[in-house]
Amino acid sequence: MKNNRKLRLTKTSRTNFLTYLMVIVAFVVLNSMSNAGMLKSALQGQLVPICAYVTMALALNLTVGVLGELSLGHAGFMSVGAFAGAVAASAMRDAVAAEPVRLAIALVIGAAFAALAGVLVGIPVLRLNGDYLAIVTLAFGEIIKSIINNLYIGVDARGLHASFVQNTIALGDGGRMILSGPMGIPGVTKISTFTAGFILIMVTLVVIFNLVNSRSGRAIMALRDNRIAAESVGINVTKYKMMAFVTSAALAGAAGALFALGQNTIIASKFDFNQSILILVFVVLGGQGRMWGSIIAAAALTVLPELLREFADYRMLVYAIVLILVMLLTNNPTLKGFFEGLAAKVKKSEKGA
Amino acid sequence: MKKMIALLLALVMVFALVACGAKTETTETTETTEETATATAYKLGGVGPLTGGAAIYGNAAVNGAKIAVDEINALGGDIQFELNYQDDAHDAEKSVNAYNTLKDWGMQLFLGSVTSAPGVATSVEAQADNMFYLTPSASSTDVLGGVANPLTGTVDIERKANVFQLCFMDPNQGSASAQYIADKDLGENIAIIYKNDDVYSTGIYNSFIAKAEELGLNIVSTTTFTTDSQTDFSVQIADAKDNGADLVFLPMYYDAASLILTQANAIGYAPTFFGVDGMDGILTVEGFDTALAEGVILLTPFSADAEDEATVNFVTTYEAQFGETPNQFAADAYDCVYAIYAALQQAGATVDMTASELCDLLVATFTGGEFSYDGLTGAGMTWDETGAVTKAPKGMIIENGVYVGLD
Amino acid sequence: MTFLSHLINGISLGSVYAIIALGYTMVYGIAKMLNFAHGDVIMVGAYICFFAVATYGLPPIVGVLLAMVVCTALGMLIERLAYKPLRQAPSLAVLITAIGVSYFLQNGAQLLWSANNKMFPNFLNFGGKTGLSLFDGQLTISWTAIVTVVACVVIMIALTLFTGKTRIGKAMRACSEDKGAAELMGINVNTTISVTFAIGSALAAIAGVLLCSAYPILVPTTGSMPGIKAFTAAVFGGIGSIPGALLGGVLLGVIEIFAKAYISTQLSDAIVFAVLIIVLLVKPTGLLGKQIREKV
Repeated sequence: MKNNRKLRLTKTSRTNFLTYLMVIVAFVVLNSMSNAGMLKSALQGQLVPICAYVTMALALNLTVGVLGELSLGHAGFMSVGAFAGAVAASAMRDAVAAEPVRLAIALVIGAAFAALAGVLVGIPVLRLNGDYLAIVTLAFGEIIKSIINNLYIGVDARGLHASFVQNTIALGDGGRMILSGPMGIPGVTKISTFTAGFILIMVTLVVIFNLVNSRSGRAIMALRDNRIAAESVGINVTKYKMMAFVTSAALAGAAGALFALGQNTIIASKFDFNQSILILVFVVLGGQGRMWGSIIAAAALTVLPELLREFADYRMLVYAIVLILVMLLTNNPTLKGFFEGLAAKVKKSEKGA
Repeated sequence: MKKMIALLLALVMVFALVACGAKTETTETTETTEETATATAYKLGGVGPLTGGAAIYGNAAVNGAKIAVDEINALGGDIQFELNYQDDAHDAEKSVNAYNTLKDWGMQLFLGSVTSAPGVATSVEAQADNMFYLTPSASSTDVLGGVANPLTGTVDIERKANVFQLCFMDPNQGSASAQYIADKDLGENIAIIYKNDDVYSTGIYNSFIAKAEELGLNIVSTTTFTTDSQTDFSVQIADAKDNGADLVFLPMYYDAASLILTQANAIGYAPTFFGVDGMDGILTVEGFDTALAEGVILLTPFSADAEDEATVNFVTTYEAQFGETPNQFAADAYDCVYAIYAALQQAGATVDMTASELCDLLVATFTGGEFSYDGLTGAGMTWDETGAVTKAPKGMIIENGVYVGLD
Repeated sequence: MTFLSHLINGISLGSVYAIIALGYTMVYGIAKMLNFAHGDVIMVGAYICFFAVATYGLPPIVGVLLAMVVCTALGMLIERLAYKPLRQAPSLAVLITAIGVSYFLQNGAQLLWSANNKMFPNFLNFGGKTGLSLFDGQLTISWTAIVTVVACVVIMIALTLFTGKTRIGKAMRACSEDKGAAELMGINVNTTISVTFAIGSALAAIAGVLLCSAYPILVPTTGSMPGIKAFTAAVFGGIGSIPGALLGGVLLGVIEIFAKAYISTQLSDAIVFAVLIIVLLVKPTGLLGKQIREKV
């Protein structure tokens, strides 16, 4: 028994190590291709969003895979991080000249605001279970969208000004509006870089792996596997659920800030229910609790619609079919068996040849 | 084993990713809009929502542009076009992907985005690449930049020198509407219903109220809706009715407007409805009872019922090819292609020029003061450094199911 | 009077949500899956009825029946191809598949029927009037609203009787309680689930026709937002509970209209969802949901 556990632990750390390695290799390859001008503009332009979506998928996997709670409103946290980060970066435009520093501060601010939202959402939400929890996260996502849609923020020499529902801001000389309700932030300065995205993914992985492999992480997973049993051995349910949920929200916020600062414009309705679902698809496709799976699924599914442009009008139809087929292939016992058998045969014949 | 499979799958995907991401010199097949292009054709690109909730606008623009390109190519002159429209699903992020795809294809001239929020994103990219940008219908001020915010008076976005609009800018429509209502004395008490999660609708609303205040118009009711609540308008209509509004201003697209007209009719409320160019198309909705739109006034540059030769030809061709009546988006895109065609001719451009060279040439032509273009959506259109078009908005009233020009 | 008018509008809107929610709740109760494609089946139903009536000139009732037949077939086909192979799979996998089906239906509809708006015809036009006029025309109730509410109540009663009295209905309840035990009792679980999908999809067709009669703009994305709202309504009332779906739907509609009328049109979406959250905090399994004791 003891032996068994030790074996599992080493296996986990090996997987973690391979995950880091995979991200580093992917970064080095893509970055050198990018520097050598070997990438098409289409992929080049997607590098930062891919990093943001990968981070989002990792963050959501912490909630769905590790904590075992379904969230249908993670785009809400992304939204909070995106707008907080972009407003901060815009307000600091003159104060902090160095772009990497500004980006780093914006990411931290995005994460902090999203964590705050995570606490506010988490307190009521985590009392619920299953699909009821899911619908409440969906509701929070919609509320956040609605609030940002009605928020106006401007900046002038005296500082930031905000108003809600109606734009009643009077700005002094040299002032400008940053966030104009439904028009969002039309003038984002792109400061996110692929390198920054890579660093964010690495940081996210470190945070998640350390959390999962710690005492707290084991408590969280015990809650997922059997809440009542965990509670009966004295695990504080609320504390550990909050820990995982808020960490997940903060990481989503950082991803949101990275995403926003890699765009020219962001609007609140971008971060809607469909966006939450999209990220959930990454997590489920990559495997719950399996971080490397999330990374690959997020990257592949972000690029996929672009690769399908050749199908023209049928593009999104093909995307839907691919999605259904992949879910069937990976989850249906008969099909999976067939698929595995096929793979084994191919492997055998390769060996033979 | 399961892991092996997944890994295998992943490797295939990663391989596909890198393989497809790598630059290849082979010419690619263009999608939907493949043209019989010669090697000497200008590569003309466009981005619009071809799928999703806004697909109707994008598809109309593609069809309109396609007709113009076919006509120009059929002339067999020096200037030939190859058209490529890419889908952005009305999303700013995807619109940049679509733009980059077009860049990889070798686009020389850009018809911009069809809708506003994506238009803001692609205009920034086009500015960075010095790519000529003439949008048919992305009417937000943020697409052009350099326009003062009507509420705060601040210039929040700097002017993008290579970006031009063929449609009216949102604030122009808002203030023109207010002016029109005041001049013609159309209503004493005005109600406004607008879509407050939409760039277009909010943009017009903001400038409308700024101008209305200046003109002393009496606004008695202001209500909103969003994409999520775009079904039931009973509250908004009741609010307008209870406050005694005799004119309801509807700065929105015709899908929502047709619901408002239907629901107002159901409770027997019949004020004057006043729309903007997004209202155009309401008469052509399949199954719409045009009696509901009787007496609706709208400011629009295009009318499918106009009897001039150009419009009749365009509408006939469009109906023959696509089985529908064209709306304003189709006409705008058609005009965009012809405006670029005319400017290329006047500037003496050649097809071997790079996108950046063409951009400099066309910007100089558009802002030179000597270029004007007569199209379906207006005669004598001109442009200046602001990027906005100057053309006269036409007031139209719907009578017996057709547009009748107001003077 | 204004209050009454708002209340009626709210009930009318809510009844549409309720009918959609009934479909959600039935499928959830038995198959334990959130069928996110339900909203899109509604859209297909509305299109079928639209073409039958507006293009081919068939009588409305034939259009509705045709829509029901097509949707039932479609629902069973989807269940057979996409959901049945995943019966043993984790529920999230089925959820994602349902989302894939939803994308497929939306994009398929766009390719088949174009993205152009269609104006759904108003069948309910008695004596040239579209509604019932009360108090000297101060209050108008549209026939559509009346029919929607009546249809909603009738369907709910019929479903309650069906699940309570008939053999297959009892089998459904047994499956929703405990699939394993039901199977041991000789109930064919697979057939029961298929039948549930068939009924749910037939309901979707009716919901589609009623939705589009009340709010007559028809596009390929017509079903998605009402679908999400109806899902919310189903949870609100207690998912799995048939009267709960009705109650949840109607309340959601009324809250939405009242929030717009008396608080703010700008913030109505946020208010609706805030109320939902508060209700779920007080009653964590919805208004009429069963309190399930966790077994240790």
